Amino acid sequence: MADFDTLEADRPLLIADGLSKSYGRIAACRDVSFSLYPGEVLAIVGESGSGKSTLLQLLSGQLAASGGQVSYRMRDGVTRDLAALGEAERRLLFRTDWGFVHQDPAQGLRMAVSAGANVGERLMAVGWNHYGRIRESASDWLTRVEIDVARIDDAPRTYSGGMRQRLQIARNLVTGPRLVFMDEPTGGLDVSVQARLLDLLRNLVAELHLAVVIVTHDLAVARLLSHRVMVMKGGRVIETGLTDQVLDDPREPYTQLLVSSILPP
Amino acid sequence: MNAPAYNFAYLDEQTKRMIRRAILKAIAIPGYQVPFASREMPMPYGWGTGGVQVTAAILGPQDVLKVIDQGSDDTTNAISIRKFFAKTAGVATTTSTEEATVIQTRHRIPEASLHANQVLVYQVPIPEPLRFLEPRETETRRMHALAEYGLMHVKLYEDIARFGHIATAYAYPVKVNARYVMDPSPTPKFDNPKMDNCPALQLFGAGREKRIYAIPPHTKVVSLDFEDHPFEPYRFNAPCALCGAENSYLDEIVTDDKGSRMFVCSDTDYCEGRQAAGHHGALSAAPYKDKAQGKAREKANG
Amino acid sequence: MTVMIDIADANKTFTMHLQGGIELPVVRGVTFQVQPGECVVLSGPSGAGKSSILKMIFGNYRCDSGRIGIRHRGMLIDLATAEPRQVLNVRRATIGYVSQFLRAVPRVATIDVVAEPLIVNGLSRADAQARAGELLHRLNIPERLWQLPPATFSGGEQQRVNIARGFISDLPILLLDEPTASLDAANRAVVVELVAEKKRQGVAMVAIVHDDEIRHLIADRIVDVTSFAAAA
Repeated sequence: MADFDTLEADRPLLIADGLSKSYGRIAACRDVSFSLYPGEVLAIVGESGSGKSTLLQLLSGQLAASGGQVSYRMRDGVTRDLAALGEAERRLLFRTDWGFVHQDPAQGLRMAVSAGANVGERLMAVGWNHYGRIRESASDWLTRVEIDVARIDDAPRTYSGGMRQRLQIARNLVTGPRLVFMDEPTGGLDVSVQARLLDLLRNLVAELHLAVVIVTHDLAVARLLSHRVMVMKGGRVIETGLTDQVLDDPREPYTQLLVSSILPP
Repeated sequence: MNAPAYNFAYLDEQTKRMIRRAILKAIAIPGYQVPFASREMPMPYGWGTGGVQVTAAILGPQDVLKVIDQGSDDTTNAISIRKFFAKTAGVATTTSTEEATVIQTRHRIPEASLHANQVLVYQVPIPEPLRFLEPRETETRRMHALAEYGLMHVKLYEDIARFGHIATAYAYPVKVNARYVMDPSPTPKFDNPKMDNCPALQLFGAGREKRIYAIPPHTKVVSLDFEDHPFEPYRFNAPCALCGAENSYLDEIVTDDKGSRMFVCSDTDYCEGRQAAGHHGALSAAPYKDKAQGKAREKANG
Repeated sequence: MTVMIDIADANKTFTMHLQGGIELPVVRGVTFQVQPGECVVLSGPSGAGKSSILKMIFGNYRCDSGRIGIRHRGMLIDLATAEPRQVLNVRRATIGYVSQFLRAVPRVATIDVVAEPLIVNGLSRADAQARAGELLHRLNIPERLWQLPPATFSGGEQQRVNIARGFISDLPILLLDEPTASLDAANRAVVVELVAEKKRQGVAMVAIVHDDEIRHLIADRIVDVTSFAAAA
């Protein structure tokens, strides 16, 4: 039986502490603090301009914070301040223990090289040097994200939008990351394709015990994927809690407005 | 003889100093691409402006210069560069690999093994081995700085996925001194092993891209590969039609419009030397001997 | 005996900001306990707050004040003040909830929808599916439907899939919100049987049942919610 109360799971993986970012006098993100535990899915919801994408960039070390800090528990068990990591370390972290799924797959994939190489790149980056094994791993991952292995040598520009997004996910997961950032992963997709992707993500996240920070404006996505929700408005976290609690029993006026704005299915 | 308007070896002394500083830095960091202020040369980009600037910067009056283009001493490009330096520096020129102290090359390494006291100067069109997959210069520089070379293997992976084997036949990437991945210029991969532990100094000049890099003598140079697809030098499986050499790099020459062809050594000096020593290929004719002896050496302008 | 659920003086009020901030009191002073192997049925007219109390016990609705004590891994935890992570752990290991409607996940086969709670807790897929099959069988869902997603099923079928999903795990607390609402007599009898089995296993249950006959059959004790009705 999987024990979620073990010590390992009891230590946070990612800690944001008083995180702020301002552009001149405009505060894009104000004083955000939270802890993310292994296997936990946190959804950041809010409308465009609420600061959720800025927060994602701060958390993933792509943007320097104006105040506060982000720390991450590395694979060796030591929790370290991301800003204090060297660039080499940070980049290594980014392509091994972390994943980043972009809304637009073209941003996260090499569109001109084959699907197999797209998936294999991270393995080669950490020193895999056996073509057969790299290809085997790539095929395995394509299967897991429901891409026909016969398409392994095709470039993603010949793929449909949904396939590209699934390929991007495979490319991110191949090194067994513990934390994956997702920026509106279902944003540009048709509704039916969205459902399939969400279901796939949901299974992978549970199976691999991934910690996820997912930015979305779609509350249905948050409900389906996340354990916890943070509602952002004007760069501030205005409400946070269990996903079903926040969505079924919203307290803040803005959250109530968000929830009541969902069209009935 | 030297036109008085020209400084020795065409470039002014300040420019040569600047290039020499870049060369010294390149030698100190084997395989690292050192930026330099490439000058306009009296030839178009792509004709060896980088190599010519490096040669001009290292050439002394006592040097003996050899210039080859795809292994050949007598193509237009090789001859005009040789004449250029004969005219502007008054140095001795040769076609003999053995005799030369400076060899400028486009796309080949001579077959005869090089020795200490020789400098091999490569003309380089695109110095950045990562450019194929990563168009951003800022990013490729960072990748070199952090030795992130996974992308290089992506290129080789693509080859195997597409052709079943590593089909890259020239400009085959190498790792220099276990640190920098380097583009050996578009030499055939047949020549890659010659770069490893070479007694001669190897300098690379890219004029348009404004980069100089180097492999100091006796430096480890390893061709990238996969465990299950190891690096293999490639040559046509035939002896040279003129000198019968079994292990030299061959050019394929189409001899008529009916598909007939012959394979001959790309290194003309090597081929002629062998013929002079009495080796024969399937298509060699007697007159070749005389011709070879007659052309073996030449001192330009005395 | 150790109390499984211990609710003391729990209050809940909705503030409707979109309606000018009016306060909508739901329940006040909710107090009752549930022992292992006991089924407590909440009674009272519609709108008295029965479902809200169930949701408060599950941690779905927040509690404004008071205590929602839940015995989780041998310790009494107050869900009213617990961290989200603790609530999730309690749901994984302690409290099951059979809602009125199946929140169907697109594309997932019925058999997997039912087996999921066991897989989440570490059982192998094959074993979990075997147990799911047994339950679906008992609830008269024909085997040819097992591989289909339940979204296309009739209301009664969906309800039975939902019940199977709720009853499959071995959690010590089960919350039942109208489990028999749209079922025929034969299937209602199966649910009554399932509840009886859970009681024998020592599971503490809180149920909302409108059908008098069923209530009679499963209730060990009835808690009248009208006494908690918040006087506006």
